[in-house]
Amino acid sequence: MKTGGRTRPQEFLSYWSYCRVRYTFASMDMEAGEGARFELASDQSLLVYFERQNRKGRTEARPVQPQITLQANERVRKLLRLLQLEPIEGFRNLHPAYCSLLVKFDALRLRHEEVEAILRRCLERLDEVILPEPHQVEIPVCYGGEYGPDLAEVCAMHGMTAAKAIEMHATPEYLVYFLGFVPGFAYLGGLPEALVTPRLAKPRRRVLAGSVGIAGHQTGVYPFATPGGWRLLGRTPMAMFRTDRDGLSLLSIGDRVRFTPISAERFSALEKEWA
Amino acid sequence: MGVIRVRESGLFTTVQDLGREGFAFLGVSASGAADAISLRLGNRLLGNAEGAAGLEMTLLGGTFIFPEAATGALTGSDFGATLDGERVDLWTTFAVKPGQTLRLGPTCSGARCYLCVRGGIAVEPFLGSASTHILSGLGGFEGRALRKGDVLNIGAANGLARERSLSTRAVKMAEPRRVLRVTPGPQSDWFDEASEPLFYGSTYRVAEDANRMGLRLEGAAIPMLPDDTWPEETGPTRGTGGMISEGVTLGAVQVPEGGMPIILFVEQQTTGGYPKIANLISADFHSLGQLRPRDEIRFERVAWETARSLLSEQEELMASEELIFE
Repeated sequence: MKTGGRTRPQEFLSYWSYCRVRYTFASMDMEAGEGARFELASDQSLLVYFERQNRKGRTEARPVQPQITLQANERVRKLLRLLQLEPIEGFRNLHPAYCSLLVKFDALRLRHEEVEAILRRCLERLDEVILPEPHQVEIPVCYGGEYGPDLAEVCAMHGMTAAKAIEMHATPEYLVYFLGFVPGFAYLGGLPEALVTPRLAKPRRRVLAGSVGIAGHQTGVYPFATPGGWRLLGRTPMAMFRTDRDGLSLLSIGDRVRFTPISAERFSALEKEWA
Repeated sequence: MGVIRVRESGLFTTVQDLGREGFAFLGVSASGAADAISLRLGNRLLGNAEGAAGLEMTLLGGTFIFPEAATGALTGSDFGATLDGERVDLWTTFAVKPGQTLRLGPTCSGARCYLCVRGGIAVEPFLGSASTHILSGLGGFEGRALRKGDVLNIGAANGLARERSLSTRAVKMAEPRRVLRVTPGPQSDWFDEASEPLFYGSTYRVAEDANRMGLRLEGAAIPMLPDDTWPEETGPTRGTGGMISEGVTLGAVQVPEGGMPIILFVEQQTTGGYPKIANLISADFHSLGQLRPRDEIRFERVAWETARSLLSEQEELMASEELIFE
């Protein structure tokens, strides 16, 4: 399909491409290439953002936020990959997120300006970074009941049946934007619009390990029993983080995830098998 | 190789070293000693590597039996330690005869006391560190706080045990501060103008549920920007408070809804979605480890250059020959 030029129908000039142009344009006034922005986070850490936010933190071109973020997240993953393949002396820790990367460094050896200069050089090379082939991971989930104590309420909020909600949650292929919060917790983006639900007003003091929750446009699996405010739709018998596994975490940044509904009997069987 | 038998565990005693940096991309935070300066000084006194593992006791210490001879050092806060009834001083090495019992009680000063032994506590390292990460049950001694009946191995040590003490200057450096120095946080300009004088002018009290993950504070609520200035939840990116979740670092002062600040601590979450008004300077991290519930603190803003030079000074003293005398 021909996409460029004046022959393109008006409808085709989607909001998305329109705002992408704006995004690129807006980033031109920044010195860093490709719209990167740096912010001092502490005396030993620097944040690099791949998304333009104005002074009050409000992201411009808001209607197309998800698309921009997908692009920004790819840049985060590429920068992380580059820094992992070619470690920088004095860099101590890397905290990737949706559209930013926090670099913790040895403040006795490096200054923020130096870290920024190093990162700018890396950014110039991002296009040559090849991301590893993503793993396709299937996670079996027993939905509803004691496994997913919030399923009924989520259905009520959206006026849909449990079967419909389960089908909707189990259909998409989700992207692991990053791991964060606790060991092995993968932030999965791409929840169907019809399932988008705010967090619980009052977080639970304890969420069981393996609980599958949703919050906003995100979904994820709690690897450990922790406090949590996401609405729980189900639970998986799969261990998200094990010390006897290569790479420790079941999911890595950039992986693709699909949930498969299973029965309570199957849950018990798998739980025993994988114990 | 000797052992330590845990007769009483105390309130919350864990094996800690200087933590495991480099695994935030897996969601694994560094953990490590809450008062790293005290642990490092304890190890220096004993001739151990600075990052050797020791026992971190919280508010109430334990009782430990040494079946074999050992050399120990207590650092951090005063938990009224006695060895077979004889008072044991902080910041100095002490010799333990076979069969002696080291007993610690409730704190007389700050939140944490460290028991270091010559040779260090030997546990199977996880991702290169002996530190316990409680929330995930990883590292340390079986990934948990010590219990009555646990038996800990002591690592092998080189050379002869020597009697050593810490210089007054070093003890002074280790003293926890109640005025915590900070640099501005990455979202410090998200707060309205009234917030700054409130944050820097108020006294905050450490909440009861303060732990190694974070210290919740009570005091003047920091007003957030009015609701209509926040973007509504749009993308997969939207975290709480209209912010996109991003990497967070040790000592970050985040302000959730309700306005009560939380200081992220050694077992912190690696990413978070609350705006951060400030971040503790590295030179003051150890002070956090000595804060008890209900302690009162204040924040003082310093320049980036000041933060750097304070850290350099601290590390120069840590590296200096005058630190320890024999």
